[in-house]
Amino acid sequence: MAQMTMIQAITDALRTELKRDENVLVFGEDVGKNGGVFRATEGLFDEFGEERVFDTPLAESGIGGLALGLTMENYRPVMEIQFFGFVFEAMDSVAAQMARLRYRSGGKYNAPVTIRSPFGGGVKTPELHADSLEGLFYQTPGVKVVIPSTPYDAKGLLIASIRDNDPVIFLEHMKLYRSFRGEVPEEAYTIELGKANVVREGKDLTIITYGAMVKTSLKAAELLAKENIDVEVIDLRTVNPIDVDTIVQSIEKTNHAVVVQEAQKQAGVASAVIAEINDRAILSLEAPVGRVTAPDTVFPFAAAENVWLPNEKDVVEKVKATLNY
Amino acid sequence: MTTNLEQTIEEQFETLQILNVKGEIVNKSADPQLSDDELKELMKRMVYTRIWDQRAISLNRQGRLGFYAPVAGQEASMLASEFAMEKEDWLLPSYRDIPQMVWHGLPLVKTFLYSRGHFEGGKIPDDVYTLMPQIIIAAQCTQTAGVALGLKKRGKKNVAFTYFGDGATSQGDFYEGLNFAGAFNVPAVFISQNNRFAISVPVEKQSATKTLAQKAVAAGIKGIQVDGMDPLAVYAAAKNARERAINGEGPTLIETLTYRYGPHTMAGDDPTRYRTEDLDSEWELKDPLVRFRIYLENKGLWSKEIEDEVVETAKEDIKKALKEADQIPKQKVSDLINNMYENLPQNLQEQLEEYRKKESK
Repeated sequence: MAQMTMIQAITDALRTELKRDENVLVFGEDVGKNGGVFRATEGLFDEFGEERVFDTPLAESGIGGLALGLTMENYRPVMEIQFFGFVFEAMDSVAAQMARLRYRSGGKYNAPVTIRSPFGGGVKTPELHADSLEGLFYQTPGVKVVIPSTPYDAKGLLIASIRDNDPVIFLEHMKLYRSFRGEVPEEAYTIELGKANVVREGKDLTIITYGAMVKTSLKAAELLAKENIDVEVIDLRTVNPIDVDTIVQSIEKTNHAVVVQEAQKQAGVASAVIAEINDRAILSLEAPVGRVTAPDTVFPFAAAENVWLPNEKDVVEKVKATLNY
Repeated sequence: MTTNLEQTIEEQFETLQILNVKGEIVNKSADPQLSDDELKELMKRMVYTRIWDQRAISLNRQGRLGFYAPVAGQEASMLASEFAMEKEDWLLPSYRDIPQMVWHGLPLVKTFLYSRGHFEGGKIPDDVYTLMPQIIIAAQCTQTAGVALGLKKRGKKNVAFTYFGDGATSQGDFYEGLNFAGAFNVPAVFISQNNRFAISVPVEKQSATKTLAQKAVAAGIKGIQVDGMDPLAVYAAAKNARERAINGEGPTLIETLTYRYGPHTMAGDDPTRYRTEDLDSEWELKDPLVRFRIYLENKGLWSKEIEDEVVETAKEDIKKALKEADQIPKQKVSDLINNMYENLPQNLQEQLEEYRKKESK
């Protein structure tokens, strides 16, 4: 099995689907000849040609409208928003148009569009590049939101997203692009959307997390293990919809939970996860659900990222506080 | 060549008129030479649509229809342009452009269901190439670029036509749509129906440009302004734009100068707050049906008898379609839930069960 970075796994998934289905089109800003600003589409322009992999003018709303229009001729667009902070420019085309197409047409039309976009802190981007805006799309009925945390997950989830017949927002954490490698099968495989993954089993407390915070939570779990605290870690993989069954099952075992997200406290999906726990597992809890998040400010300038982003120490502290409640 | 500091672009955008208000051909070389049958068919559609508009307004007042945006005054702008479309050309309408959808093949009953807010109204039949009416005033412009790119990639000899108002030309999606269509050189026709008012705001306050057609220049595509009360000018411009599009000569922006006699919608808009009676009368003198009727009568193609027959047919069709609409089962929350995703996620599955229980009581 090949060892790949997440960005290589993403390119591999795109290549797999471009080969498999001639209706798949990959487009966005700089995704053609340049191969994408992160090289996610490296080599695809040469391999599949400008008919399939192409640059667009620099206008996010236009890219979203283009994608929706192409679905009318039965194309399966994989569009890129170059950085997710730019998605505000495309809110209408995504939340008001694609998300509603199936309902507005009584099921006649659907938008099998995948919106790929880099996001996430820790790489010192300028403003409006790194924001965790997944919560906006948790609050958007009609779309799905997927956030992989490993190269293996990235390939399987991206292939599943492209094959899905509804709009999927596929968020790629920039910090994870090249920070580590993992085993990725060469063949095509899918990971079911809407299903969480228990990435570490434990009996004392459940951490529910996603994206780059999976790695942070796993590090925290190792530190806690040295103190004989046995933590289970759930990677949501999909944050819209949320896999409540996996969460509830785990909490029934551990009786404690902490939600960890990089987004601000008022953003992300932590409050949604806690509301679901409240509805379905409150009697299994021995303490209130803990939350590790960023503070409710705008995403900071680069020099403040390190103090702003949650880290493993924050997670260790919150786990202990929850267990000692 | 010398550049003049005082040079402006306006002089390139004269209004194309072929049939004047007296029903006389004033621009013979631009006459699209429609056959007698085609001329009669176009007149029939305009008469039919005006009757339908009158009925829709009164049905709305009786509470038998919901959301409705009146169209009287804009018949030439709407129907003579749609007349240039082929069946498999895509239509991307705004909320006012319901008549084009019908003449493009959508059954009348669907428009009544849409007006009532029933999702069955948006369920477009398989052989009708239209999207649902767009609410966000220029969102259809970017989508048109996509549909047209799809047509080009499929190698089809078809075109995407979109309609929007004068106000929509102020929105970013208008520029993005035109620019994308130009950059990809796709078969698209953008029709801005300039009826002078975006609800109440006059077109003079939308932009410093003298015409809306000249906005095409910035996108590097063709722009043309036509007398939107003149069916022949509208048809000629749309037909020409379509031909250019399928010949790979790129998209066109058509501005039709027109007027809506009625309110913006039937939801309480009062045009007397922002328009004068003088202006209303001035535009009513340009009426598309009046001038086309004279033109056709002079050719011996139209008579009171033919017109009466069209009026009767329209009334009958409307009665029948309303009856059909009344028979469609009422909408339930469970229908709504089922139209959200191909495979329902757990939250919606649970809510579906919940609402089914409520609905079975």
